[in-house]
Amino acid sequence: METFIAFWNILKKDIKNYYLKPPNISWGIIFPLSWTLMQLIRSSGNIDVIELLPGLMAMSILFGTTSMLAVTITFEKRSKSFDRLLLAPISLSTLVAAKILGAILFGIINAFVPVVFMGFLINLSGINWAVVLMAVILIAITSALLGLLVAVSVKEVFEAQTLSNFFRFPMLFLCGLFLPIDKLPAALKPISFCLPLTYGTDMLNSAIIHNSYFSILFSIFIIIVFIIILFYLCRRNIEKKWIL
Amino acid sequence: MQKNVEIVKVTNLKKLYGDLPAVNGISFSIKEGEILGLLGPNGAGKTSTINMMIGLSRPSSGQIMIDGIDAIKDIKKVQRIIGVVPDENNLYGEMSGFDNLCFCASLYGMGKEEREKQAKELLKQFGLTKAADRPFGTYSKGMKRKLTIAAGIIHNPKILFLDEPTTGIDVESTRQIRELILNLKKQGTTILMTTHYIEEAERTCDRIAFMVRGEIVKVGTVRELMENIDHEYKIKLQLDNCLEELKVELENKFPSYRIEVLAKNSCLIISKEQVPLSPILQVLDEKGVSVYEAKGIKPSLEDVFVRITGIDATKLEKVGR
Ligand SMILES: Nc1ncnc2c1ncn2[C@@H]1O[C@H](COP(=O)(O)OP(=O)(O)OP(=O)(O)O)[C@@H](O)[C@H]1O
Ligand SMILES: [Mg+2]
Repeated sequence: METFIAFWNILKKDIKNYYLKPPNISWGIIFPLSWTLMQLIRSSGNIDVIELLPGLMAMSILFGTTSMLAVTITFEKRSKSFDRLLLAPISLSTLVAAKILGAILFGIINAFVPVVFMGFLINLSGINWAVVLMAVILIAITSALLGLLVAVSVKEVFEAQTLSNFFRFPMLFLCGLFLPIDKLPAALKPISFCLPLTYGTDMLNSAIIHNSYFSILFSIFIIIVFIIILFYLCRRNIEKKWIL
Repeated sequence: MQKNVEIVKVTNLKKLYGDLPAVNGISFSIKEGEILGLLGPNGAGKTSTINMMIGLSRPSSGQIMIDGIDAIKDIKKVQRIIGVVPDENNLYGEMSGFDNLCFCASLYGMGKEEREKQAKELLKQFGLTKAADRPFGTYSKGMKRKLTIAAGIIHNPKILFLDEPTTGIDVESTRQIRELILNLKKQGTTILMTTHYIEEAERTCDRIAFMVRGEIVKVGTVRELMENIDHEYKIKLQLDNCLEELKVELENKFPSYRIEVLAKNSCLIISKEQVPLSPILQVLDEKGVSVYEAKGIKPSLEDVFVRITGIDATKLEKVGR
């Protein structure tokens, strides 16, 4: 019960302090939206608009989640208020879980922003929503862990943003968000297969445009393996970096 | 309230940052209900010591026992019963004073009603009720310090760690904070505080540990620390004349005294033994020098500190409070 009170209040504070602040909402919304518009204008007539949706959703989650953790963790570490959380009589895992749950929820909500907008433009029936939700959750979890790994490794917020961009932008192109993976040059394909987002996006493709590279179960399995590895890496780094 | 139980026991504690021994094998203990002061200049290793005891940093070697719990193995258990006031005011700038306190209480699992009641109570006690709904970031330095202290004690810790509670705070706020610390002691809280103010240590702490360059060079009550050194007796004289020319003559006449001319009209007579005044007064009278005032000067804790540590006391800040 005590742990739950602490957990819930950490999450609530982050939502109030960070997630509902205009600059962060804009990161999550404006960026994916402008990207959508750009794609729409560029591709007018050539492709089916719905084909853009999986990539947009994946991108919204990736950017929303990773940028939030750069703030909720790196910023608090920097201002030393994070020490208060480390001093609380709750386990490191509880603390980390509370911190990333906020980012995961934020990512999930972000994912549906493009869905709502697309809903005005096109007919969204025929989408397998259960798989969509599953994919969104899995992408959000991996992105959050990736963001956490970055946040733990750096000291300044801008470093966190720079380092995550180093991962994020290549992922936009390598993970099949806007360029199908079978059209990637052969040399880049192995890299693509090493990135968890590839499998999440593939699941979205399967559910939304019914065209996927892997089977859904295979993707889920791979993503879960990634989650376990990332979780382990984060834990190890946290123990090393947070308690000096 | 002080009992004879050692509630905190630190043995051979060491912390290396690279090659630098920030804390170099210190040992000390704190009795239940006692206030122990760690007094030392910047960089002595005070904060490093506290950080190891509260679980923000890992000792390179040594042991820490807190209330019968091994603090290195079981820090989360220890964290339940301790409160920490860090040297920096690290509450959340965008949250109000009230919300900050409630949040800190929630980290210890306190229910909503209880934490709001405690928060209101503390805000009142610290004279911050009016500022309760303002963001912490808009507080003045003194207000920030007080709220940070309030946040450290909102869950009624058994043992409190105070890192420089009054640095950079005005006289009135310092007095309030000192009273608060003494009140906590009355309620039975055990306190470890660090400071570089000799006077603060002297007024607040039951025992003081002098810390220099990562080592504790001496621990004791103020009285024990004072007794420990062979101090000199000093008498300060106020005269109507300068003593410069008479210095040698006086020293020849009273070979066991040392004379220090301070300012134009005053001097210091220093001796290993008590100084009987009348022979001196007589000599001065013969020379036509009048004495208006004679004052015995007690050795101060500052002298003791300087003597024991060999460190210039100006390295510690001096404030008249
Ligand atoms: N994280 C760290 N990495 C490297 N060196 C450190 C670290 N923290 C402290 N030190 C060094 O350890 C020594 C002791 O520092 P510490 O902060 O414990 O001193 P202090 O007694 O609290 O001083 P102050 O009165 O200035 O607060 C200093 O030389 C400091 O530079
Ligand atoms: Mg310090």
